Amino acid sequence: MSTIDPTTAPPTIEVEHLVKTYSGLAAVDGISFTVRRGEIVGLLGPNGAGKSTTMRILTGFLPATSGIVRICGIPVASRTDEAKRHIGYMPENNPLPEDMRVNEYLYYRGRLKEIPREKLHPRLDEVLELCDLKRIRHRIIGKLSKGMRQRVGIAEAILGEPEVIIMDEPTIGLDPHQILIVRDLIGGLRGRMSVIISSHILPEIEVTCDRVMIINGGRIVAQGTPAELRRKVLGHTHYELQIAGDQAALPALLAGVEATLVVESTQGPDAEGFHLLTLTTTRDEELGEALLRALAAGSYRVRALNRAHPTLEDVFLAATKRSWDIVDARAGSKPGR
Amino acid sequence: MRHIFTILGHEIRMLLVNTSTYIAAVLFLTVMGLIFTGLLEVYSQAPQETSPASDFFRLFFLPVFILVPLMTMKSLAEERRLGTLETLLTTPVSTAEVVMGKYGAVYFLYLLFWGSTGGLFYILHRFAANPRLLDSGTLVGGYLYVVVSGLLYVAIGVFASALSRNQAVAAVLTGVMLIVLIWGVPLALNVSLLQLPAFQPVHAALEYAQVSLHLDDFSRGIIDTRHLFFYFTGTALMLILTILGVEAKLLHN
Repeated sequence: MSTIDPTTAPPTIEVEHLVKTYSGLAAVDGISFTVRRGEIVGLLGPNGAGKSTTMRILTGFLPATSGIVRICGIPVASRTDEAKRHIGYMPENNPLPEDMRVNEYLYYRGRLKEIPREKLHPRLDEVLELCDLKRIRHRIIGKLSKGMRQRVGIAEAILGEPEVIIMDEPTIGLDPHQILIVRDLIGGLRGRMSVIISSHILPEIEVTCDRVMIINGGRIVAQGTPAELRRKVLGHTHYELQIAGDQAALPALLAGVEATLVVESTQGPDAEGFHLLTLTTTRDEELGEALLRALAAGSYRVRALNRAHPTLEDVFLAATKRSWDIVDARAGSKPGR
Repeated sequence: MRHIFTILGHEIRMLLVNTSTYIAAVLFLTVMGLIFTGLLEVYSQAPQETSPASDFFRLFFLPVFILVPLMTMKSLAEERRLGTLETLLTTPVSTAEVVMGKYGAVYFLYLLFWGSTGGLFYILHRFAANPRLLDSGTLVGGYLYVVVSGLLYVAIGVFASALSRNQAVAAVLTGVMLIVLIWGVPLALNVSLLQLPAFQPVHAALEYAQVSLHLDDFSRGIIDTRHLFFYFTGTALMLILTILGVEAKLLHN
């Protein structure tokens, strides 16, 4: 398979107004998104946000209450078997049969995925090599370490060379070294297959994924590249500044640099007379140089200036908090419920 | 439906590499051997009216009660407990194929176990000079009964296995259902309430479902299509319920 540019490639996953209710309780509440070919998308959300349910519906394992899911243009609800041929799936906790050998298991799965017998053996070798399982191919799965089991799960998911790969928490419970291996494995699929992964580990998602969707309460509360999310969700930029000088004149000076730039908090002064300030602005552009120039002109002594990089964690917390506020507001406006 | 054979082959393989299968086989053959020896003991002391084969098959329910729950309890319960059913059903495989494949594998093993008791009759044939001891009609009829009735008993076990994640619960459930079918039906016929004219249809239906009478007919060489119909439809019903049960469990997971 050749590498494809994800920005122009046709969509392999299309989800429209997906709803799934369990006895009246909405686990997934009107989710819509598309994933293009070759794109790696991360699904973020707190526990019970609807990530696993969404993934299970995508695989055709669970029927949706309403909405449309198309995999490579094939509607999953009406042509489930056909859609399943385009999907490789690794469920949460990666369940594997305990009493089989690695290559036996992969061979069996390959047969179920309708890989012709003559192609299956070379493909098995390829996948075992790719996932670094060659050494342990004759070991019994029940006796493997968690990292190895995880690699077996990934090998199984990519075995049939599907267009779409769905992995529910592929790095959960792994040590940092194993996470790195799994991350490289997933990264290696970029440009060839569409991948959706869910995770709690945010730096993980940030490194691996082209795009992130944050789900909370069954809804997508934010989506975009990690950089876009920072801008959209947080809406402001922080600067950390260490200066000595007249604090009273500072707000006016800051307003001169940028109208929305204000002091959020002040610490100090320390023994050398330096204050530690946190500035905040709604502007996204770099203000560092202008700020330094203005401070020098105002005869302030500057020790450090640093533009704070919010982590995806901050974005995640802000986005989920915001969505809870919306949910609470909605619940509050419906008396009697 | 082509996946059935992949699953069937896989399941049979897994059963044959499993130690517990061999432990079950040894126990089964020990029990059957003891029963058979006991029977021959009786025959060696005094001439009997019936052949050893017919008495042997009369005790068929003993191994059924032990063997069927042990063999079927794992089939679906284990997959659900481990969560591997989820990975299995996200490949282009239908629930029906999974159920049929697993059912077929257990049934194959069931036949294999019963087939091994043929050795007992071979020994008898080889070492007993008296050909009267080996009544081929009864033997063929008895084995035919085992083959036909096994369809239903194994289906009952697979159905129970679909109802619970817990293997022990599945085994107990299978045992109870088999006891109700094999012993419960004749007992229910004695209930005076069923003798009332209003319950005549129920009484008639239960009479028709008496497993031990079916066995008698088969041993006598009578192959009644009503009996065949009973086992075939019962099996089909159990398997359909199993498929629906697995799918319902998925929906309400």
